[in-house]
Amino acid sequence: MRSMSHSMDPPNTDVIQGTLDLLILKTLSLGPLHGFGIARRIEQISRDVFKVNPGSLLVALQRLERAGWLDAAWRETENARRAKFYTLTRAGRKQLDLETADWKRRSAAVARLLNAEG
Amino acid sequence: MSIWRQLTHGLRALTHRAEADGRVDDELRDYVERATAAHVARGLTRDQASRAALLDVGNITVAREQVRTSGWEHAVETTVGDVRYALRRLRNSPGFTITAIATLALGIGASTAVFSAVNPILIEPLPFPHADRLVTLDDRNDAGVPMPVTLGTYDELRARSRAFDQLAAADKWQPTLADDGTPERLTGQRITANYFSVFGTVPFVGRGFTAAEDQPGGPHVVILSDGLLERRFAGDRSIIGRTIQLNGDPYVVVGVMPHGFANVVAPSAEIWTPMQERSNGDLNTRAWGHHYEMVGRLAASTTIQQATREVLDIGHAPTLAFARPSWAKLDRGLLVRSLQDSVASRVKPSLYAIVGAVLLLLAIAAVNVTNLLLARGARRQPEFAMRVALGAGGARLLRQLLTESVVLALCGGVLGLGVAAAGVHALVAASPPNLPRVDAIRVDGHVFLFALGLTTVVGLIVGLIPALGAARAELTAGLQGGSRRATGGHAAGRSALVVAEVALAIVLLVSAGLLFQSVRRLFSIAPGLDASHVVTMQVIEAGHGFDADPARLQFFQQALAAVQHVPGVTRAAFTSAVPLSGDMDGYGYALPSAAGQTQQTAGSALRFAVTPDYFATLRIPLLRGRLLDATDRPGAPPSVVINASMARALFKDANPIGQRIQFGGQLGTNRWEHVVGVVGDVKAYGLAADAPDAFYVADGQWEWVDNVQSIVVRTTGNAAALVPAIERAIWSVNANEPIQRVATMESYVVASAGQRRFALMALEAFAAAALLLAAIGLYGVISGSVTERIREIGIRTALGAQPADIVRGVVGRGLALTGAGAALGLAGAFIASRLLESMLFRVSRIDPLTDAAVVLLLAGVAVLAAWAPARRAAGVDPTIALRAE
Repeated sequence: MRSMSHSMDPPNTDVIQGTLDLLILKTLSLGPLHGFGIARRIEQISRDVFKVNPGSLLVALQRLERAGWLDAAWRETENARRAKFYTLTRAGRKQLDLETADWKRRSAAVARLLNAEG
Repeated sequence: MSIWRQLTHGLRALTHRAEADGRVDDELRDYVERATAAHVARGLTRDQASRAALLDVGNITVAREQVRTSGWEHAVETTVGDVRYALRRLRNSPGFTITAIATLALGIGASTAVFSAVNPILIEPLPFPHADRLVTLDDRNDAGVPMPVTLGTYDELRARSRAFDQLAAADKWQPTLADDGTPERLTGQRITANYFSVFGTVPFVGRGFTAAEDQPGGPHVVILSDGLLERRFAGDRSIIGRTIQLNGDPYVVVGVMPHGFANVVAPSAEIWTPMQERSNGDLNTRAWGHHYEMVGRLAASTTIQQATREVLDIGHAPTLAFARPSWAKLDRGLLVRSLQDSVASRVKPSLYAIVGAVLLLLAIAAVNVTNLLLARGARRQPEFAMRVALGAGGARLLRQLLTESVVLALCGGVLGLGVAAAGVHALVAASPPNLPRVDAIRVDGHVFLFALGLTTVVGLIVGLIPALGAARAELTAGLQGGSRRATGGHAAGRSALVVAEVALAIVLLVSAGLLFQSVRRLFSIAPGLDASHVVTMQVIEAGHGFDADPARLQFFQQALAAVQHVPGVTRAAFTSAVPLSGDMDGYGYALPSAAGQTQQTAGSALRFAVTPDYFATLRIPLLRGRLLDATDRPGAPPSVVINASMARALFKDANPIGQRIQFGGQLGTNRWEHVVGVVGDVKAYGLAADAPDAFYVADGQWEWVDNVQSIVVRTTGNAAALVPAIERAIWSVNANEPIQRVATMESYVVASAGQRRFALMALEAFAAAALLLAAIGLYGVISGSVTERIREIGIRTALGAQPADIVRGVVGRGLALTGAGAALGLAGAFIASRLLESMLFRVSRIDPLTDAAVVLLLAGVAVLAAWAPARRAAGVDPTIALRAE
């Protein structure tokens, strides 16, 4: 982890630790997607604040699938190509609600702390 | 759901690794292609786009590894890989592997065997509901030795005590079953109706006894064990309600006890009948003899201490309703023990000694293998260095080495289970006759788990020191090939280990030696009779053929006459009890007071109702007066012969001849026995125990004629060989009388030292194994040190040292290690012998003879172990040794 970034360095685009799962679940709540689609949407919606490392993404997808929050299936896409599509399960949706509430609670607390000094 | 997915997905990845990897590759490829397409869409050329995409994705191999190593199955794969590697390494050095596995198998196998013997006796709760509330109650003699209670005591406690939910009593019962075929004498119990419910068990077929059946004069009913049902009645459960012939009387079978009813009070009992006996005011009945086992179930939340206290309080507060004779006054309370303790107490000393010994053996085995692993680690230094250079971390290396030692231990454990099975067999075969729950001693699930756990722990322990050393070792030195000089620390550690090993072996050997001395001294004690060439067997006069005393007496006299005519028989006699056989028939006695009244004393003595030749047959010496003879017949004034210790106790220095004594069955009557002679003391309980007081009466002069008598026969040659002829002679008088418990007198003498012999056998075996392991350890260390010092030896040879000097040096080193170990070991043995103390007999805990013998033995072993390395050292060619570096 980088603790400090100089103005000369490129801006930090790492996904905040522990939030990748939340981002994936949120992204998939809009509809089934393949890995690249998920990464791209996270980048687009975050306006390139986050860049997703494919290795970490696939590890997270495998973990979420095994946890029962995602289903995965290979499907035909455009031009007769096949891609592995991930779908949010009912349990995944519940998990998303939980994690969203948790995140909001915590980020609000961090925001209050940062604003306190003025 | 998710756990299920974890499992199935992980397993699928594990069993179809290539397919799983392929799918990850497909997904990654798809990812790259889509990223490329996205870049193209943004206006890059195809080439630029694919470069940019690859930049995004990073190293594909790394990404694939990331996915691959994230699941739990990866840990399994790593372990499997480690195990494979370990097996390959172990195969490559068969000498080391075989030695280490055999050593571990010995240690683990012996420990497991001992565990399986100890588990059902000392550890496992007895197989009854709330077994912790089961207790036994025993009276104590003047010396504090536990003895059975009287039925009178039982009746009083049952009526007055509140500390117990239930109290039950049992007495021995040996009916003769004569349905068809050979008459067989069964071992059984007469029990109070609630006996089984104290244990919380019920018959699995039929029913238990009712209180109504347990009244004096009640019906003839029996309950069988499942074993007896199988053996005699072909397992036919419809036997309930049928009648069988016992002692010539019809008995109705009302129930069958289930298999596995662990009747620890009387393990060999297989038939039960209601006691149907009460102690009424008459103190001259059987009910006031000390021959009843009392068991109880404590009331909920009552402790043993509270129960003991209550019994003592009752003892101090006699009531008129319950009169007590002098020999069952209850004024000292009773000994209340948990059933488990009382069952185990008989064998605890020997079991503790064996457990201690096997732990020592296990420690020696572990030290030995640690030592072997250290030596091997020293040789493998370059390999470790190479692996670290190739990127293995210290933790990875540690894990690999521990895997290796655990694999080694598991191989040893598997082999050890075989050793354990054989060991259990040997232990059961050698077990003393009173070892409880012998049928529960086997290699079962618990034992298997124990072995598995032990194996893993041992594997980790023996591997830890060498593995830590290797993982921390100076790696560059290893790569540079300087390993031989870098192992100085190892060598010192290994010497320390071998000293420890010798010390442990000494502890074991000294313990075995002390026990050996004890058993030897025990057997050098005269039992007070001449056991050689004597065979004994019990003859049971069963049925109703000789119900009247005179007829019964005649039967035994005729049988005796027939046996005396058997060629090879020199003398024979009948007796109601055989010394050292477990027969115990104690009676209280009384002397006349000055006023001529009966004056009870607190003591009791063993009764032997014998035919006159008994003393001559067993060669029991006459000390004063005369022996019993043909004049002591029914109707003549009753005569009694007492032993020396009873004479001393009763009459001090006064002449016992002509004195009068009254015994348990006759108290308060006008019948007095006249002392006509004093004979030598005979050990009756065991060689180590003092000879008890004993009195001898002619079998026709006692109140009754015993229906179970033992014949003792002295023969000219091998006593056992005459058994069939003796049996034929007895059966020639009446063919229906069962004969049993055939044994030579010598076997009783030997068996009376059963506990010590049991412990001795185990200790001898463990000590021999320890000696072997110590020899292997010494050899390994000395041989290793010769290899390490080959350069130094070469130089010394080059400088003119003679081969004899070199040999002396190497052997001297072996002796120095042994000496250090011996000093430590003798100190350890002194501490360890506390555990043995109760089994030592006329041997001090420090026995210079044993110590010296053991140290000499180990010194000899050390010289042997050092000899081959020393010869090798003496043969070192200086030029080759120096070039080798």
